[in-house]
Amino acid sequence: MSGAKSWLDRAWSGLLWGTMAVFVVNVAMLIATVATNSLAHRWLGTWLPDGWTLNWYLQAWKDYQLSDILWVTMEVVLAVVLLSLLIGVPAAYALARRDFPGKRALMLLFLLPLMVPPMTYGIPLATVLYKAQLAGTIWGVILANLIPAAPFVILVMTPFIEQIDPNLESAARVFGAGTARMFTSILVPLLAPGILAASLLVLVRTIALFELTFLTAGPDSQTLVVALYYAVFAAGVRAPQSIDAMAMIYMVVTLVWLLIALRFVNPTQLVSRVKEHPRAVA
Amino acid sequence: MNTRTSPLARAPFDRTLLLAAPATLFMVALFIYPFLYGLWLSFEPAKGGWLANYHKFFTADNLWPTIWTTLRLALPATLINVGIALPIAFRMRVKSRYQRLITTVLVVPITLGTVLIADGMLTYFGPKGWLAHVLELLPFYEGPIRLTHNYWGVLISLVISGFPFAFLLILSYITGIDPVLARAASTLGASPTAQFRHIYLPLLAPGLAMCFCLAFVQAYSVFPSAVLLGAPAGPTRVISLAAYEAAFEQYDYSLASAIAMIMGFVQLIIVAIVLGLRGLFYRGPVVGGKG
Repeated sequence: MSGAKSWLDRAWSGLLWGTMAVFVVNVAMLIATVATNSLAHRWLGTWLPDGWTLNWYLQAWKDYQLSDILWVTMEVVLAVVLLSLLIGVPAAYALARRDFPGKRALMLLFLLPLMVPPMTYGIPLATVLYKAQLAGTIWGVILANLIPAAPFVILVMTPFIEQIDPNLESAARVFGAGTARMFTSILVPLLAPGILAASLLVLVRTIALFELTFLTAGPDSQTLVVALYYAVFAAGVRAPQSIDAMAMIYMVVTLVWLLIALRFVNPTQLVSRVKEHPRAVA
Repeated sequence: MNTRTSPLARAPFDRTLLLAAPATLFMVALFIYPFLYGLWLSFEPAKGGWLANYHKFFTADNLWPTIWTTLRLALPATLINVGIALPIAFRMRVKSRYQRLITTVLVVPITLGTVLIADGMLTYFGPKGWLAHVLELLPFYEGPIRLTHNYWGVLISLVISGFPFAFLLILSYITGIDPVLARAASTLGASPTAQFRHIYLPLLAPGLAMCFCLAFVQAYSVFPSAVLLGAPAGPTRVISLAAYEAAFEQYDYSLASAIAMIMGFVQLIIVAIVLGLRGLFYRGPVVGGKG
C-alpha cells in the first residue's frame, strides 16, 4: 500500500519537475537563439552560425537610432517612477491610516486599472490625449504609463505603511512636527526599503509595458519596447540579426535593472502586492 | 472629493485625506474620464443611429468573431498557466534554496515582454530553429513543425509570458497560508493530498480567483504576439487588434471605442463568473489563531 503510494508520489513529483524543466530549458534556448543570431555572421538552418561578428550591434545602433530611443526610454521611466511615487505614496498613507466613507470605492478605483485590459482604456485615452494634443509627445507617454504605475505604487506601499507604528507619528506631532516634516523625517526614512522596492518594480514594469506606450507614442517618443515591435513588424527591410541585436540590448537593459531589483525584492512581489508582515505573537 | 470645511461641520475635516487627493484626481482625469468619454463616443457613430457601431460590430464578419478568437486563445492559456502553476507552487511551498532559485529564474520571462518573446520564438520555434533540429534527431519525427504564424505560436507565447506570472502569484498566496494549519492536519493523519483538498484549496480560493482574473487580463489583451507570431488576418485576429485597426488605420475612433467597450464588457463577464465560482468556497482568515 505504502509502496504504491510512494511510487505514485514520485511519478507525480517527476512530472511536475519535468514540466518545469521543459519550460525553463525552452525559454533559455529561446533567449540563446536571439543571442546567437545577434552575434552570427550568417546563420541559415545549421546548428551554429558560420562565423561571429559584432557588426549587427553597430548597425542596429545606427539604423534604429538607439541612442535616441534609449534616452527617451530613460526619460519616460524616470519620470514615471518619480511621479508615481509622488502621488502614490501620500495616497497610500491616507488609505493605510484612515477609515473614511468611500474608502472601498477609492480602493476599487485604484484596483481597476490593473484589472482591465490596457487596450480597453488605452484607446479612449489615446483619443483624449490626441484631442489635448499630448499624444505623440513624451508627456502623453508618461501620463499613459502613470495610469497603471500609480495604483501599483499605492497597492505596494499601503501594507508597508500599515506596519509602521503610528505612535512614532504621534510622538513627532507632540514635538511639533507638521505633516511635511513628519513625512521627511519619520516616514520616508522608515519607508525607504518599501519605496525602493516599489520604484524598482515600477521601473521594470514600465520598461516592459507595451500597449499604452504603443497607443500614445509618436515617432520621437518611442520607448525601446515599441521600437522593437516596429522593427519586428516591418521585418524584411532590415537584417533579422540587427533586430535580434536590438532585442538583446533591450533584454540587457531590463535584466540589469531586474538583477538590481532582486537584491531588494522577493521575486513574488514583482507580480503581487507585498505580503503583510506576520503580526507579532502576543 | 469635497474639501470644504466649515466650523459648523459635525466632525472637523481630516486633512490627512487630502493626501489621497492628487492620486484620486489623476485617476479620475486620466482613467475615469477617458473611459466615460469612450463610452459616450461609442454611441456617436460617424453615420447611423446611436447604436450603429454596436450593430456594425455584431453583424460584420470580421468583427464579432474576434470575441471567440480571443477567448479561444485566452481561456486555454489561462487554464494551462494556472493549472500547471498550482501543483508546482504547492510542491514548492516550503522555503528552500530551490524556491529562491526557481522564482528568480522564472522572473526573467516576465520581464522579457511579449515583443521579445515573439521575436525569439520566430527563430527558435521556426522551421529551421534549434527545436526543429533537436526534433529531427527523434525517430518518429515527420515533417516540419509549424509553431509560428498560427494559433499555436500565440498560445505558446501566452504560456511563456503568463506561466511565470501565475506561478509567482500563486506561490506568494500559498506561502501566505499559515503552515501551522497543515501541520495540525497532518498530526491528525491527513496526507498531503488531503491537506491540499481540505486546507490549502479552500484557503487559496480567493487568491486563485484573483490570479485567474489577472492572468486572464494579460492573455485576453494579447496584441503584439498575435500580430507577430500569429496569423493576424485569420485565426488569431484578436479583439484588441480589431480595436487598434479601427482607431489607427481607419481613424474611426467611435467604432474603436465601441470595440474597446465590448472588450471590457466581455472581460467583466469572465471576472464576474470567476468571482461567482469563488463565492461557492469557504470565506475566512488564512492564518491560524486562537480567537
